[in-house]
Amino acid sequence: MTYDISAVGESELPVEPSALKAVEARREIEGKSPWVLAWRRLRRDRAAMICLGVIVLIVACAIGAPIFAMITGHGNMQQFTTTGLTPAGQPIGPNSTFWLGTDDLGRDLLVRIAYGARISLFVGVVATAVTVVGGTVIGLAAGYFGGAIDSVLARFMDWLLAVPFLLFAIALFSVAVQKPIFGFIGPGLPIVIIVLGFFGWASVGRLVRGQVLSIKEKEYIEAARALGAGPWRIMFVDMLPNLLAPLIVYSTLLIPATIVGEATLSFLGVGVQPPTADWGQMISTASGMFLYGPWWYLVFPSAALLITTLAFNIFGDGVRDAFDPRGDLYV
Amino acid sequence: MARFLIRRILQGALVLLLMTFTVYAIFFLGPGPQFVARVMAGKSATPAEVNAIANQFYLNKPWYVAYGHFLGGLLHGNLGYDYYNNVPVTTSIKQAFPITLSLVIGAAILWLLYGVATGIISAVRTRSLMDRFFTTQALFFYSMPTFVLGLLLILLLYQILTTHGVAIFPAPGSYTSFTTNPAAWAHDLILPWVTLALVSAATYTRLTRGSMLDVFGEDYIRTARSKGMSERRVILRHNLRASLTPVVTQFGLDVGTLIGGAIITEQVFSLPGLGWTAVHAIQSQDLPLIMGIVIVASTGVIVANLIVDIFYAVLDPRVRLH
Repeated sequence: MTYDISAVGESELPVEPSALKAVEARREIEGKSPWVLAWRRLRRDRAAMICLGVIVLIVACAIGAPIFAMITGHGNMQQFTTTGLTPAGQPIGPNSTFWLGTDDLGRDLLVRIAYGARISLFVGVVATAVTVVGGTVIGLAAGYFGGAIDSVLARFMDWLLAVPFLLFAIALFSVAVQKPIFGFIGPGLPIVIIVLGFFGWASVGRLVRGQVLSIKEKEYIEAARALGAGPWRIMFVDMLPNLLAPLIVYSTLLIPATIVGEATLSFLGVGVQPPTADWGQMISTASGMFLYGPWWYLVFPSAALLITTLAFNIFGDGVRDAFDPRGDLYV
Repeated sequence: MARFLIRRILQGALVLLLMTFTVYAIFFLGPGPQFVARVMAGKSATPAEVNAIANQFYLNKPWYVAYGHFLGGLLHGNLGYDYYNNVPVTTSIKQAFPITLSLVIGAAILWLLYGVATGIISAVRTRSLMDRFFTTQALFFYSMPTFVLGLLLILLLYQILTTHGVAIFPAPGSYTSFTTNPAAWAHDLILPWVTLALVSAATYTRLTRGSMLDVFGEDYIRTARSKGMSERRVILRHNLRASLTPVVTQFGLDVGTLIGGAIITEQVFSLPGLGWTAVHAIQSQDLPLIMGIVIVASTGVIVANLIVDIFYAVLDPRVRLH
């Protein structure tokens, strides 16, 4: 299961003349790097490009969340107890003032959903980054050093992959809510990122370890060692660049999984805490009341979450196909 | 084989030990010694109760003595006392377990049948319309968070149908035990089963399809075909049998994880199984109960891993050497 870059081969797809000229002009300098080839393949994948557009749009909504608040004139935390709730105190359905309706406290659902995208994307990216960096470093060490270090780390990864992480999140939360664990792990975002990062890196670690075990035997590593390179240099200068392709593919697919993980924790009440706007938490509150009428409160945050994970997953599949058209990078 | 078994069981025991220590660290070392008793007994604990707990858990001794004592209790099947419900933790767990088991068994049968069947059709008719449909729906349900699917099913199949006079599906929260009335049991669990099955089946569709396509490239498939064997027999006897190994592995691990509580599905459909019980124990600050469920669930996962590995070793002798 080696990822041999030279084996990726040339693109057989027809190239439009103008692009060809541009590429030809630079050919002598950059050759045909696998990155260029992958990007070219990705650009031809229509579904992936549409999803990339959707992702850009979601990111724009998250960054521009205050713009939604400005246009509607409704703040993120503002409760409209007279206009946003029925006389009986129930949420109001979509209308010209509240485009997507209001929530149980009379807040504008559209504005809350836009703000919720911030949490989802933030956790999706940060927890994935923690996972990927941690998994890469530990996987590199386990694969490179081998022996006892590898045995211990590999066993530890097996254990982590077997942990029912939602239950552990519940356990951590139930203790932290009474008193921060070890004095600093409090409920809310810290627990979310620790749970997702700590229980997530093992899958990356296992992937990296497997790749390192095969790269280790290659001639260029032997050459580096003969030149007197130390373990750090070999691991991070010689090996890491060859791991980038699988890591990029894996990270793209890990982001939606992390977003679902965060939403799930918040749905169960052990994630992001109110009054912060968060999709999982909105769906959780809505789940207790949609049977009595306010379907919009359930449907719109659910749609936001589903569109986000779907876009990332389809895009991730496209990235995988682009880097690995023959399908031999992963089993 | 005996050596492999012994080594594998010892490894499992080691992982289990690591797990109990983690649980101990979260619940006892995390909050710090002076808070443990209050945390375990809940906010309304009287000083007498707090004292009793401090003695019971050896909290005035060094941590390794206290941990040893905790471990000793676990080995005797003592998961502690549920101060909130005023029963031993094992009693609460025994009540919740049949519900989780009912949910998981039904869903597992559905997702295995559906996932493998769609996988086979996709692999045999690659790039056909059917293949496109099944792989797309697999990607769709794979991206779907379980609670979103469950709630949308309740909205569409229960609420909207019922308000229009078609009351086919039971209200969320309905549960009849199998021994009381098997038909009502199945009827009440249909929506939770479908939810859990659709979300899980996606992985099986992808897994079966991928693995069958790999096997179709093998020489012995060509040999079987050239002998004039019927395509049906090639697919079912030669290909499927080899392709099912990764599917069985995944199945063992999935069932093992869910047995410890299909947390989200139980929460969405208000089924008081192990996962629901754990989530609700947060609100009542019933920490001994959470601790008990975490330990039971982790043991379930480790045992499932063990069974899968042994199954693998029986199928493929090369595994035993590693």
